[in-house]
Amino acid sequence: MTVLELLGSMGKVTPGDLIPILQEVQNQYGYLPQGVLLEISEHTIIPASRIYGVATFYEQFHLEPRGKHIIKCCRGTACHVRGGSTLIKDIKNELGIDEGETTEDLQFTFETVACLGTCALAPVMMVDDKYYGKMDAKKVKTLIAELRSAVKETA
Amino acid sequence: MQQFNITMNDRLLAGRSGQTILDVALANGIEIPNLCHDSRLKPTGSCRLCLVDVQGQRAPVTACSFQVQDGMVVETDTPDLRSLRKTVLRLLFYEHRGSCTTCDDNGECRLQQYAYDYQLNTDVLDRPPLPSVPNYTSGNEAIDYDPNKCIRCGRCIRICEEVQMDSALTFRERANQVEVSTAFGMPLNESTCELCGQCISTCPTGSLYERAAKERGQCKDLVRTTTTCPYCGVGCQIDLNVNHRTNQIVRVTSRVGCVPNDGNLCVKGRFGMDFVSSSKRLTTPLVKQNGTFEPATWNQAIELIAQKISETKSKYGADAIAGLSSAKCTNEDNYIFQKLFRAVIGTNNVDHCARLCHASTVAGLARAFGSGAMTNTIDELREAECIFVIGSNTTEAHPVIGLAIKDAVVNRGAKLIVADPRSIDLVRFAHLHMTQQPGTDVALINAMMHVIFSENLHDKDFITERTECFEDIRAVIQSYTPQQAESVTTVSADQIAEAARIFAEAKTASIVYSMGITQHTTGTDNVLSLANLAMLTGNVGKESTGVNPLRGQNNVQGACDLGALPNVYPGYQSVEDEAVREKFEKAWASTLSPDKGLTIIEMLHAIETDDIRALYIMGENPALSDPNLTRSRKALEKVDFLVVQDIFMTETAEYADVVLPSTCFAEKEGTFTNTERRVQLVRKAVDAPGQAQGDWQAICQVAAKMGSPMQYENAAQIMDEIASVSPIYGGMAFDRLDPVGLQWPCPDRDHPGTKYLHRGKFSRGKGKFHPVQFIPADEQTNDEYPLILTTGRQLYQFHTGTMTRKSAVIDQVSPTGYVEIHPGNAKRLSISDGDSVEVATRRGRVTTMAKVSDIIEEGWIFMPFHFAEGPANMLTTDALDPIAKIPEFKVCAAKITPGQ
Repeated sequence: MTVLELLGSMGKVTPGDLIPILQEVQNQYGYLPQGVLLEISEHTIIPASRIYGVATFYEQFHLEPRGKHIIKCCRGTACHVRGGSTLIKDIKNELGIDEGETTEDLQFTFETVACLGTCALAPVMMVDDKYYGKMDAKKVKTLIAELRSAVKETA
Repeated sequence: MQQFNITMNDRLLAGRSGQTILDVALANGIEIPNLCHDSRLKPTGSCRLCLVDVQGQRAPVTACSFQVQDGMVVETDTPDLRSLRKTVLRLLFYEHRGSCTTCDDNGECRLQQYAYDYQLNTDVLDRPPLPSVPNYTSGNEAIDYDPNKCIRCGRCIRICEEVQMDSALTFRERANQVEVSTAFGMPLNESTCELCGQCISTCPTGSLYERAAKERGQCKDLVRTTTTCPYCGVGCQIDLNVNHRTNQIVRVTSRVGCVPNDGNLCVKGRFGMDFVSSSKRLTTPLVKQNGTFEPATWNQAIELIAQKISETKSKYGADAIAGLSSAKCTNEDNYIFQKLFRAVIGTNNVDHCARLCHASTVAGLARAFGSGAMTNTIDELREAECIFVIGSNTTEAHPVIGLAIKDAVVNRGAKLIVADPRSIDLVRFAHLHMTQQPGTDVALINAMMHVIFSENLHDKDFITERTECFEDIRAVIQSYTPQQAESVTTVSADQIAEAARIFAEAKTASIVYSMGITQHTTGTDNVLSLANLAMLTGNVGKESTGVNPLRGQNNVQGACDLGALPNVYPGYQSVEDEAVREKFEKAWASTLSPDKGLTIIEMLHAIETDDIRALYIMGENPALSDPNLTRSRKALEKVDFLVVQDIFMTETAEYADVVLPSTCFAEKEGTFTNTERRVQLVRKAVDAPGQAQGDWQAICQVAAKMGSPMQYENAAQIMDEIASVSPIYGGMAFDRLDPVGLQWPCPDRDHPGTKYLHRGKFSRGKGKFHPVQFIPADEQTNDEYPLILTTGRQLYQFHTGTMTRKSAVIDQVSPTGYVEIHPGNAKRLSISDGDSVEVATRRGRVTTMAKVSDIIEEGWIFMPFHFAEGPANMLTTDALDPIAKIPEFKVCAAKITPGQ
């Protein structure tokens, strides 16, 4: 979908629609590519500086490419006492990246969050919108291997 | 507007609706601390420092955003408020790191001032700065942003958006990560930034600062001299901040509230002053011996000049000598220069570069209205309902007037019509953009009048009461239907009709034009057409209307006013009028020539025929600015004796026999007259380099050597003489010009000056309609030269670049010349953006860089004329307008070929 098609699909847009536009771009591309935003600026007459300001203000927007799967690990108290910090280390080892980073093959982005709200399952992690509880090093290994092979299959 | 009574700190004050508490306080000398306020910006109340108590309000309010009401009772300075402000200041200082001792802004910084006023504890001051990381200004020659000193008030972002309307800046990230940035943190010169430096001007701390000013003197040690900018004709008031230990201009600032620019400047005014202290300045007189320049004493040089001029005069007559005066020099310099030629030498052969820019304005508007100058005032543009900009790239050539136009459109709902072959920046703001083919303006304007007349939108009362000869144009405009005009101009008939209706239906419509109208063989016709359009719709002699030519040089208006023209004495008094001549003969105690002199191009042509033998050029550079350069340069080479008085060894000075080093605007006293007829003071800020002397002082020495001494103590005395001989300047005197100057006509000392012309009555009595038929441009395209070449200016450079090209800031962003070409043409010629190409016309060829862009229409190309290394004027034609003798810089036939 070109930028013009994307804007066209949103009906009549005004500079007040910047946030929905950015959300749509992120849905399409997985993040907010600079070139696309500059094109949006040209077509909507919203200054590129303003687009950048808004995009960097909100946590939900990302200017860097993101992995196909977003892995989030809880670092809340309940998870911590059940070995959450080890779990974080295990995931990092398995993916070969640090917190906030994306794997080179653009398959995984790893983030930690303050609490996932499911302390009964501690230590807990999320892949995209699915929860995985009572995790340990072995389970992490299996889970990520599964995700990897699923990726290969679709490829 | 309602008048209010306000009690502030027990004082009874007057205010009006729409004013804020801070406005009223400042107007009455009551200080309320503030950091995020700038009267040019919409208030945000974000710094929370201007908190005041208002009776009836539960908590303190921000004075900068709270509007006054009748009967309001305000306290601005209670112990509680002081305590609150102290807390706010402490919080602000948590954002600010660094030490005043080593900060350039020391003495100017508002945060520093309030820290003292409120005696902050030292625990928050002087916190060590965080290590610097690259940001959007890294590597930029103009601007330096230091986040350590930033208090996140947002003024820089707001001024870029609200006043400059460039929107180059934003806040990025949030909370304690917030910083000022361009989009994606891209380098300034790649963003939409125009390097106006308005962000620096509004920054309340030293966070944004001129990079080149750093470590060259703290603000507390700089001496400010208010003077008039030496670039375009807007006449911005600038403050030269001089470090007297080094005799150098460290930075240029401007005071908010000054007229006409309200503290706003463009890139040239703010960053274009490096030339003043350039090591390339001329410092001693030079005399050419056997082809090379040798230093000489002033006495030797003046003696040689006087002797050669006297010799030429006795051998070939006074009319064999000609002079080019200067639109860069002061009114006083110009007056003395033309006086030397008329009263001492005895010829009217004196002209200057106005011939190349607005001669057709002077000729056309004088015929139609009786006075050849901008009818209205810059500030009036803000209130116009419609602004018709034709042939003026205002935001680049007159950037601060561009701000007024943008303000009118964005903030006050004016409708903007742009007629220009290029998609200039103003098009972003325009309701309608007509891309007329260069050289077809008369057809366009006549067709607009056709629509206005046939739809009965003309102002019948105005035509009957204020004008004459309307019948003469009726038949002419009736014959120009929009459909016919479409085939000539390429502008659609619908667009022409829409433009006509918008213009005619507005209560106040202002016409703004510049060289796109004047630099044609039909320049005078173009101007007359615009005058017709204004009169047809009753848009003259009223506020926010008029025909407004924007003058290109700082003092081109003044040079014309002071008679640096071959047909008029100072004040546009004809040299052919016997009574006038007698008056001047008496005033100057001399016999004067009754014959009109030669114009610039005629002078150069007269050198070819040996009719001109000696040429005296003061502060002009015809070897780059004149059309058909090969021919012009040959003339400069051929003339028997050439004197050039300048601040640099210009392309022209290279041809001279004697070169005199003169002082620049920053080293002299005098006046300039800006485009809105405002006579403004020029003040000395630094000492001249070496033996450089003032221009009028040098000329007076030549006159004395020739046996006709002209003696003046100072520039003010010359102005007194000007006032005595020139009625439009009759009331001008130095003691009346501070701080806002005076607009002519100003006939006597009690006259307040004239805001807009032709109120109630035209200068010539009745406004006169002139029938104007469309005549095609002198040179047409053919198979060999299929493209139309048009030339002009760009934002960063000025004229022949003698001054701007000495600026590191400008050189970084505009290093060299180029030719703009439409992608369609470029593709067919296999030319890519950035390629070296050769542009050729019937007169010459130059190599330059291709800039492939749809800013210009297919079939047309554009070149800026500033660059000596690819001079556009090698290509331009010297075909002249028959009345004004202005060359057709704007149209010639050209071809482009890919370079080697």
